[in-house]
Amino acid sequence: MLELVEVQSGYGNKLAIKGISLEVKEGEIITLIGANGAGKSTTLMTICGVTPCRSGKILFQDREIQGLPADEIVRLGICQVPEGRHIFPQLTVKENLDMGAFLRTDREGVKRDMDYIFTLFPILAERRYQDGGNLSGGEQQMLAMSRALMARPRMLLLDEPSMGLAPLVIRQIFEIIRQINEESNTTIFLVEQNANQALHIADRGYVMENGRITLAGAAGELLDNKDIQKAYLGI
Amino acid sequence: MDYFIELLFSGLTRGSIYALIALGYTMVYGIIGLINFAHGEIYMIGAFTAFIVATVLSIYGFPLLAIVIIAGLAAVVWASSYGYTVEKIAYKPLRHAPRLSPLISAIGMSIFLQNYVLLSQTSDFLPFPALIPDFAFMEPVAHIVGSTDLAILVTTVVVMLILTLLIKFSKLGKAMRATSQDRTMATLVGINVNRVISATFIVGSSLAAIGGLLIASHIGQINFYIGFLAGIKAFTAAVLGGIGSIPGAVLGSLILGLTESFATGYVTSDYEDVFAFTLLVLILIFKPSGLLGKAANQKV
Repeated sequence: MLELVEVQSGYGNKLAIKGISLEVKEGEIITLIGANGAGKSTTLMTICGVTPCRSGKILFQDREIQGLPADEIVRLGICQVPEGRHIFPQLTVKENLDMGAFLRTDREGVKRDMDYIFTLFPILAERRYQDGGNLSGGEQQMLAMSRALMARPRMLLLDEPSMGLAPLVIRQIFEIIRQINEESNTTIFLVEQNANQALHIADRGYVMENGRITLAGAAGELLDNKDIQKAYLGI
Repeated sequence: MDYFIELLFSGLTRGSIYALIALGYTMVYGIIGLINFAHGEIYMIGAFTAFIVATVLSIYGFPLLAIVIIAGLAAVVWASSYGYTVEKIAYKPLRHAPRLSPLISAIGMSIFLQNYVLLSQTSDFLPFPALIPDFAFMEPVAHIVGSTDLAILVTTVVVMLILTLLIKFSKLGKAMRATSQDRTMATLVGINVNRVISATFIVGSSLAAIGGLLIASHIGQINFYIGFLAGIKAFTAAVLGGIGSIPGAVLGSLILGLTESFATGYVTSDYEDVFAFTLLVLILIFKPSGLLGKAANQKV
């Protein structure tokens, strides 16, 4: 569904990703794990067209999308929940969700999806007229994911959804990710430092170091891999 | 008491005009973090356009109401096309440059537009036609509140209401707010940020053009330099109220207008600007981000 071929990208005159290739198949959950500064977030921003792709190809449903403006890429069905959640702080919860559906024109469908999200996350329904900036970290993460879902993405890119959250909330968030994947068959590209949790829900995984993919394989294999256990799982 | 009311209304009138211009500063600042120093010039171009159109139409003997409407529309369209073009030429190429570069570019644009009008029109003061008639129903209070004052106040209030509705409820308004709060995220939900920025310049320029038309018919004369002082004052008002905040710009403008009016009326008119800027300094000492300026309230 999504394929990166020898993609390079970066900021200024420094390359943050130095020619990576990876593939995500429809309906999969794949995860990209790695340390701070490995280039994981840049990879997502490059897919979304926010950070320009310097060379290589990005194919989405067999169509080259590198160089398309970011809003066109969203229109194709790729949505990102960026690191740090990026809630619009002075928009209400409901307005934040409306923004997620910015490109949609089917009012009825938007309303139905919003109702669905409110049943999925009753806390958001309760706070729908509060400013997004006043929610707790976990609530903001739920809102950020819901906002992305409002666009009815075919592929959801999640950047560190567990960052800064309590263990119980993290488990809840991962449960929701699995649910989104199963119920609406949304393909999921998960970037995580929390390698253990990520590999447990993912089908396959990639390991990134210093802007390069150093290892790839089925999630179970990676979990059993001695090097990974030492470097990322703390076993 | 009459004198007090007179000063009050003249202050509110001034404040309204400042507000119409200050909104352009504050909206642009809110979205791209730039002080658009060429904004005063857009206001001046609005006044000139209204002047030219109104003069031509009155030669052909159009009724006054038609002149006001057509001249107003022409000023809005012409000034916003300038605002739009200035952004495309002078700011957009510098979107990712260090913050100082677009600022210098803005000052350059301001000087360029002043001189452009100076050369293509004239350096003289031009008599602006009285577009707002003396309303008959205002006669009993005409010695305190002029018809132009009333017209300016009413127009400003209506324009503000429309703007508020636009920003609060329309899709464009929501996109503007989202873009000003988090531009990267706005891109990620599919907002075409460039289009939102252009729209902001168009809205701001339209408001300035309306301000230009109103003030010109109030004062009765214009020249190429009127944008400079009005721009500085409106910018002051925007900073006073908290730059980036729309209600702040309106509040700051009204406070500035009233201060100037009362200081001129009760103390002396020689130091009008001194009072204005003293007020600015005082407020910024105690509230550095302005009266309604955003103190970031986002939880991380």
